[in-house]
Amino acid sequence: MRRVDELVTAPARGERESPRAYVGKSVTRLEDAPLVRGEGRFAADVNFPRQLYMRVVRSQVAHGRLVSVDTSAARALPGVVAAWTWSEVSELPPIPFRATKVSGLEPYCQPVLAHERVRYVGEPITVVFAEDACLAEDAAERVGVEIEELPVLLDASEPPREFAPGLTTQPTIIRKGYGEVSAAFAQAHAVVALDLSIGRHSGVPLECRGAVARYDAARDVLEMYGAAKKSHWNRDTMAAMLGRPPQGFHLYEGHVGGSFGVRGELYPEDVLVCLAALRLRRPVKWIEDRREHLVATNHSRQQRHRVQAAIDATGRILAIRNEIFHDQGAYVRTHGARVADMAAGLMLGPYRVPSYEVTAYYRLTNKTPAGTCRSPGRYETTFVRERLLDAIAHTVGVDPIEVRRRNLLAREEFPYRRPLDALGVAVVLDSGDYAGLLDKTLAWVGWPELKSRTAERRARGETVGIGLAMFVEKSGLGPSDGVRVSVDTTGGVELVTGAASVGQGMETVLAQICADTLGVDYQRVRVIHGNTERMEFGNGAHASRVTVMSGSATHLAAQKLRRKALDIAARLLGRRSGELELKAGRIVSTHDPALPTVGLDEVARHCHPGMNPGLTSEEDVGLSAEGWFFSEHMNYPYGIHLAQVRIDRETGLVKVERYWVAYDVGRAINPMLIEGQIVGGVAQGLGGALFEEFLYDPSGQPLSTTFADYLLVTASEMPDIEVLITEDAPSPFNPLGLKGAGEGGTNAVGAAVAAAVDDAMGAPGFVSSLPIAAHKVQRALALQPSQSADGSARLHLMEKQM
Amino acid sequence: MKPAPFHYFAPSSIAAATAQLSELAGEDARVLAGGQTLIPAMALRLARPSHLIDINGIQELNNLEVRGTALHIGACVRHAAFHRPVVAGPLGALLLDVVRHVAHLPIRYRGTFCGSLANADPAAEWCLVAATLDARLTACSARGEREIAATEFFRGYLTTALSSDELLIGAQLPCLSARERFGFVEFSRRAGDFAMAMSLVVLQSEAGRLTRVRIGVGGVEVVPRRIAPAEQCLEGQLVRSENLERAAEAAAMAIEPAESEEELRVYKRSLVRAAVLRALIKALDGQLRSH
Amino acid sequence: MVSCARIEPETPEALMQPVEITLQINEAPYSVRVEPRSMLVDVLRDQCGLTGTHTGCEHGVCGACTVLLDGEPVRSCLMLAVQAQGRHVRTVEGLARAEQLHPLQRAFIQHHALQCGFCTPGFLMLALGVLEQDPRIGDEALTEALSSNLCRCTGYKNILNAVRAVRDADPLRQDAARG
Repeated sequence: MRRVDELVTAPARGERESPRAYVGKSVTRLEDAPLVRGEGRFAADVNFPRQLYMRVVRSQVAHGRLVSVDTSAARALPGVVAAWTWSEVSELPPIPFRATKVSGLEPYCQPVLAHERVRYVGEPITVVFAEDACLAEDAAERVGVEIEELPVLLDASEPPREFAPGLTTQPTIIRKGYGEVSAAFAQAHAVVALDLSIGRHSGVPLECRGAVARYDAARDVLEMYGAAKKSHWNRDTMAAMLGRPPQGFHLYEGHVGGSFGVRGELYPEDVLVCLAALRLRRPVKWIEDRREHLVATNHSRQQRHRVQAAIDATGRILAIRNEIFHDQGAYVRTHGARVADMAAGLMLGPYRVPSYEVTAYYRLTNKTPAGTCRSPGRYETTFVRERLLDAIAHTVGVDPIEVRRRNLLAREEFPYRRPLDALGVAVVLDSGDYAGLLDKTLAWVGWPELKSRTAERRARGETVGIGLAMFVEKSGLGPSDGVRVSVDTTGGVELVTGAASVGQGMETVLAQICADTLGVDYQRVRVIHGNTERMEFGNGAHASRVTVMSGSATHLAAQKLRRKALDIAARLLGRRSGELELKAGRIVSTHDPALPTVGLDEVARHCHPGMNPGLTSEEDVGLSAEGWFFSEHMNYPYGIHLAQVRIDRETGLVKVERYWVAYDVGRAINPMLIEGQIVGGVAQGLGGALFEEFLYDPSGQPLSTTFADYLLVTASEMPDIEVLITEDAPSPFNPLGLKGAGEGGTNAVGAAVAAAVDDAMGAPGFVSSLPIAAHKVQRALALQPSQSADGSARLHLMEKQM
Repeated sequence: MKPAPFHYFAPSSIAAATAQLSELAGEDARVLAGGQTLIPAMALRLARPSHLIDINGIQELNNLEVRGTALHIGACVRHAAFHRPVVAGPLGALLLDVVRHVAHLPIRYRGTFCGSLANADPAAEWCLVAATLDARLTACSARGEREIAATEFFRGYLTTALSSDELLIGAQLPCLSARERFGFVEFSRRAGDFAMAMSLVVLQSEAGRLTRVRIGVGGVEVVPRRIAPAEQCLEGQLVRSENLERAAEAAAMAIEPAESEEELRVYKRSLVRAAVLRALIKALDGQLRSH
Repeated sequence: MVSCARIEPETPEALMQPVEITLQINEAPYSVRVEPRSMLVDVLRDQCGLTGTHTGCEHGVCGACTVLLDGEPVRSCLMLAVQAQGRHVRTVEGLARAEQLHPLQRAFIQHHALQCGFCTPGFLMLALGVLEQDPRIGDEALTEALSSNLCRCTGYKNILNAVRAVRDADPLRQDAARG
């Protein structure tokens, strides 16, 4: 690990940084104009002449032996061009993993089309190709599938069964730990034990998946549109699967209707669409519908934790021991065991835990396979950890906030190395002032007044409560990102990045960073992303990495380009580069505005071989620069959530009235965008806490297959929400001190709402599973001793609930 | 999610529509009014009518007027028509109060009052209104017209008394007298969702005594209905909180929840108790204080 | 053994009966040939080339497909294209006048009321329809009305801010406020 002061890139001696025009400002987004006009290009908006439509035939059985598939009736339909089962695509290998250090998972990969076995309702069995989407659906209905049903496994807490001869449904167990756990438990003043569950839910973006592939025979290039998130890796992997050279295969990301971790992983449909374009020699379009999406796109979150804490008499944690049952669904997908790994490695959050031991049982069930979803492994473990802290507080009779203070890591301890790893990277909390943020937050929300007003309302008969949860997020996942910045002969700037846009505003953020260093208007910076043809290497958008990684790379690239521009301008003006700076697209003197200046566009023209016959040095060709930022470590933003809820006693329905998020982001490039990420993140977190769940019947039939059953939060369910962004703990690991913000809004919602509900009910520890079930709340409240005897008072209370 | 193919007809008169229906008896023909329920079912291919009869072009079905003591609602009248009181007095106010709970705004601009009745989802608000007010439904076929009482009309879950060649052409709701009061309460998980439980109460209060009591409950059984045991608790009784509670309790015990799990059955009874009691409180709006 | 039944309907050609219709969209006529089962949203997108209206669920819940039909916001995934004959349809493409954005579009940008932009056309048309029907709509009713549509990115706060800002800047409302 490098010393902290070596990691921060200071401006070179003699070089002054431009005044910050954009970084730190809430400028409006570059992305917005086409989107508000309806001129975006989402996957379904891409069309080519003669395109065919692909439709997937999916298993209606949760577990079975695939006996036969008859596509003859489908193929007989006029306008149907082909229908493929496994035998037509058997040369394709199963979908491999993108990132996992766990070995031995290969046999559990999902085949592109099912053969011999189906393992979840929704598993692709056949694909049909037809002249239009309606026909393709008509044809899909005519495919006859025979399946011999097998018993289903739907509970990851049950003992594993056979997956295939010699293989069980428990591909791996993840173990991590350090310290002397047994001794700590033996010596503890008390042991707190909880059994907690998080329900199955997922990102569910508003745009379903889609892909359009086209083989351009004239150039021998295979193209796929509708890519997202991990275009380079997906391209490389699919190229290998299809036996094509990567240079002859390009992925293009247009507009993306949200990802939240679930879009942009490599799915069977992506591979099939590309293969079909090659074989059928016509463009092939596949657009998922919502019912498919809810059974075929990655699920997430479902874990059960049996957790114990050994504590001393003051509520300090001596050790934590945790058993996780992770419900992965039917196959191991591209994330491998990553989510379970993060749950195991990142559970401890902001607290000091002298000894720790975790065993994560990574198990398969006959449900839709799972992957990452916004704040993966952390939404789950923050719920677990914060419930644990609340239980500790109750056990020793100490205020829940005070108990947290006693266990928080102190500012002086940073960077703080946990003897753990997550995602193959050592957990080094880079910077943080957890207690400081707690103080700020309590002052900001007006904690004493909040408590007293809640108490007053309770005295008047309302069932109201407040809950608090603290968390540490992670962001800036490396290993690297590169950006190429160039200035054209009109002075316009182009920035090419291998990162991806999933709607988060990354173009604007990168443009702000670039524009400040180059002294140009940020609206003159054009950002190209997600395009493997324009950028050979890239790591995409996920894990809240883009601002940190691509932002840092942008900073480095822009600084290089700035130095080049100043050097060339110095030669052109006959002065020293140290006396020059960039301002409003021109290179000017730092001390005398009357001295001659030169425009960036002129410098670009000087660097253009076609325009400058006097150009003789290769170094001078092209006013452009590439910057690469490498990172061994993730960085760790952190925050606090507070929820105020009101419960209707007779129905058990929970209304979240107010919500607060305090979040330290290290350095805020665009506060408005950060707040947008947090508020949007809270909405998703609320979904998981109260509304969203993928349910299955005992035979493995999914019950949440439309938006009538899988309930998303609407404007009416959103609380009044306030966000406090702080910059107390910049990351020492990148030049601008950045940390990511994409997941901080979601992370602690389950925990905060659970704590608030417990508080409202006067029932510490009541909430032990998400989503919170109204009928359970109602029943628990009904069983509490009655608060008043006479009728008018009872009615008075009733009216309070209305 | 595209529907399966179908033949499409758009008749411009009731006679043409019923003639088509009788011709197609035995085949799978469905009537298309607002389409806000039928079309999603067709998109999901849960409904696959071979013939669709679109009645939106039949002008006679747009009638919305008071005739005598009843409000006549034609089959093509949209939910949105009730965004303003369509009749003076409690009935107009009742419909205005209830309509806010019907789905969402864009659905209300297309969906129809009668379409909701013909669909007979027990969690639909208008079905509860029709059952509680003893609406009369008019069905028309090539064989003639007939009137059906609401209690006869709702047969079961998504099942009505209409035969396959009949078209529901209108509903009549009794205009409530100026002294009648109403209260409507619905519990749902989110705004605009179907009801987990709901209650519509209509009553008169004179000299401190309750008369003409109607207590309807929906969203818990396979059909919405008036709960006689609950009404009997209140008919002729004083306006007292213990009487209201007894009525709510009677309603909770009288219903037969559609759920099979005991935990959820108990919950539904609790919801009914609360919905009925709150609906009564709303209807009495302040009258409780003086007792 | 489960046979996932093969469905054997009548051959689709007999049922298809495509028809020629003319749709009035954003005050321009579009002559298209559609099957009865073609939904308005698909015809707008595929045959009229107006891909601004999106499909997020195709069963009438998310509202991404919202258009104005004679001034009323409706779900175009729940209307057959043939039902839109003789009606005036407005889509998001009809909001801006050349380079000049509609006030709602400007407000969405100013208030950061969009992130991925997929739900945005639906919200714009919903908001436009709501404000045109009732320029003096109150906050609570406005929130209720905007609860009709789903957004997965923004958490709705900025969408509400943007629409309220347009409502409050509206001369009709200001007149009403002055009384």
